[in-house]
Amino acid sequence: MTRITEISGLEILREEILNKRSKDRTILRTCISTGCKAQKSLKVVEALKTAIMERGLQETVEIKKTGCHGFCEMGPIMVVEPQNIFYRKVKPEDVGEILSTLNGSGGVVERLLWKDPVTKEIVTHERELPLYVKQDKNVTYRSGKIDPADIEDSIAAGGYRALGMVLNSMKPAEVIHAVIASGLRGRGGGGFNTGVKWKICSDAPGDMKYIVANGDEGDPGAFMDRSLMEGDPHSIVEGMVIGAYAVGASQGFIYVREEYPIAIEHLSLAIRKAEEYGLLGNDIMGSGFDFSVQINRGAGAFVCGEETSLMISIEGKSGMPRSRPPYPAIEGLWGKPTIINNVETLANVPLIISKGADEYAAVGTDGSKGTKVFSLVGKVRNTGLIEVEMGTTLREIIFGIGGGIRKGRSFKAVQTGGPSGGCIPITKIDMPVDYDSLREAGAIMGSGGMIVMDETSCMVDVARYFIDFLMYESCGKCVPCREGLKQMHQILEDICEGKGEEGDMETLSGLARFMSTASLCGLGSTAPNPVLSTIRHFRHEYESHIYDRKCRAGVCKNLFEYRIDPELCNGCGLCRLKCPEKTVKGEKKQPHSINNSKCIKCGICFNSCKFGAIKIT
Amino acid sequence: MDVEAIDQILEIHEYRHSNMIAILQDAQALDNYLPEEALRYISEKMEISLTRIFDIVTFYKAFSLVPRGKYTIRVCCGTACHLGGAPQNLDQLNRLLQIQDGETTDDRKFSLETVNCLGACALAPVVAVDEDYHEAVNAGKIEKMLSAYQEEE
Repeated sequence: MTRITEISGLEILREEILNKRSKDRTILRTCISTGCKAQKSLKVVEALKTAIMERGLQETVEIKKTGCHGFCEMGPIMVVEPQNIFYRKVKPEDVGEILSTLNGSGGVVERLLWKDPVTKEIVTHERELPLYVKQDKNVTYRSGKIDPADIEDSIAAGGYRALGMVLNSMKPAEVIHAVIASGLRGRGGGGFNTGVKWKICSDAPGDMKYIVANGDEGDPGAFMDRSLMEGDPHSIVEGMVIGAYAVGASQGFIYVREEYPIAIEHLSLAIRKAEEYGLLGNDIMGSGFDFSVQINRGAGAFVCGEETSLMISIEGKSGMPRSRPPYPAIEGLWGKPTIINNVETLANVPLIISKGADEYAAVGTDGSKGTKVFSLVGKVRNTGLIEVEMGTTLREIIFGIGGGIRKGRSFKAVQTGGPSGGCIPITKIDMPVDYDSLREAGAIMGSGGMIVMDETSCMVDVARYFIDFLMYESCGKCVPCREGLKQMHQILEDICEGKGEEGDMETLSGLARFMSTASLCGLGSTAPNPVLSTIRHFRHEYESHIYDRKCRAGVCKNLFEYRIDPELCNGCGLCRLKCPEKTVKGEKKQPHSINNSKCIKCGICFNSCKFGAIKIT
Repeated sequence: MDVEAIDQILEIHEYRHSNMIAILQDAQALDNYLPEEALRYISEKMEISLTRIFDIVTFYKAFSLVPRGKYTIRVCCGTACHLGGAPQNLDQLNRLLQIQDGETTDDRKFSLETVNCLGACALAPVVAVDEDYHEAVNAGKIEKMLSAYQEEE
């Protein structure tokens, strides 16, 4: 290991790393990120290690444990390089066969290739996968390609090059100017211009300043930040050092959710390694600039993603928000000027420096520059992590990249922005996805969670879900949020239980106005969004719950029944066997029936019927 | 209460009040919950009122003041999991274990908790038993999932 003591040392080290690498090795890029790890990818790695040793392939085959590739649902994922062969759902018992194809015969293990569920076409190469073809990977480019635990792998792939450029030839004001010119806006939810924020902090008087990376990704249904922290932690560290240099900060904090243990592990390692290599700490790359970073683990409070709460949490207290102004850029941690940026925002910074602001700003729409990472999940065929140019339409994302809706069902809505966001209906499917269009549609960009819903999703239940979520997460400091959410929750609960009344929607809208005007922080002021957007776009569903006492999606238990269609039921008896309450009756090979007075609507029969004979009425 | 271990934790965090959350997280890792005597000890050593500590411990969901079971089952209730059937899974766990969210079975085998989002949304609905993530869980699969932990003795 060589500590870099002058800026030119970084390029020399990069050359050295690249030179010492054998060119004709086969590399097995195996994902060990949360999604693949949950599907036992570490066992695959272990099996690979053993098999490689047994076959004496140590010199020619290398396992690279990477972060997220994006196609999480297909995990464990392995890509064989340089051939770029994409294997999915790899099991430990498959590794022998995979290694056998590497002896120059050029074969592939066909059963592990991805098959398009619709066209049945088999795709061999990673670069040809529909989920990847239409993406524009910038921020996530290195995730899945490099070993996040190996700083040399990051450096070889261009890591810290932008920092070198900054320390070598840019004044802090020039860095800020470049970030302003790039048009970068906060990727965590607010969408505020990052460079402007930096300028305010830089101009604020004070000899002690701080920079905070917000990795408290609390929005349910979102995992972009997790994947980035796990897969390319050095890009975040690099962005932080550049930001610290620009505003004159000497201490940084990365606030990460406790629910993300791998992210914490990889970031901790990245910090330690960056310090060893002279890329963090005192006298960074011999430039005389000092900056250190520590990690703070969250402890399961959603409100701590809000910047003022987050700061109070870093100070070691209960993270309750305070009113703004003063904004953190002027008066933040311990009263000192503080920059708080989302981790994805910070990971964009090195790209801006290395590409140049103009080239960066050439991508995207007028008001939203660059690319954005989204987690595409829910009832869509291909789920995972995607990165697209700002302004890409919802249709391209959901039907192009996502491959449309599962099980041949139809698209109902897409929810963006987490609990502060909203639901966008089919009529807006051709809308470009950028900060301003989403806001116009009653949603927000938020951190980038995109949850696709089909006809089995009840929009009143979705509203209730988010209000329920927020009610439990409201810190209780201000009345509008604390009491408003409680009232909204009660009304929605009543509607979902079949006790809705005329005027409920008006009461909800009234409460929403009051909460958005009078709440102390963003959690409360945006809390009504899921209710407002569902009332706006799915009023008929509220009406059918309130007036007809029906939940057509089959979600609200009091408002529907399961019925077995005798035409479609062939009497296989699976539902009868699986029903925990023994409410299904019927003779073998004869149509069955459900005793609705005893049915608890657990949905086990509905999900297990292979013939679609169980209907919602 | 392991006094030595707690002293070591306080030492690592330099008795700093700003490290209070991390101190409590590390202390909780010892017994998987925070016993009252540990909180009293930390309060005394850190010269910080017990009320302040109690405020933090009750504010953050990650802390538990009551003992947890051998296994902690966390039902992910993120949006994707909710749509995929997390409420039904939770109902089924309530029925099978005869406990509610936040409770522990009488034999101290399982604790049941809900979590806002585990960030494994592409595998929804997810139920985690300690570090094991179970993907695409539906109510019908839960009994079998639990039996793997019940038999293991």
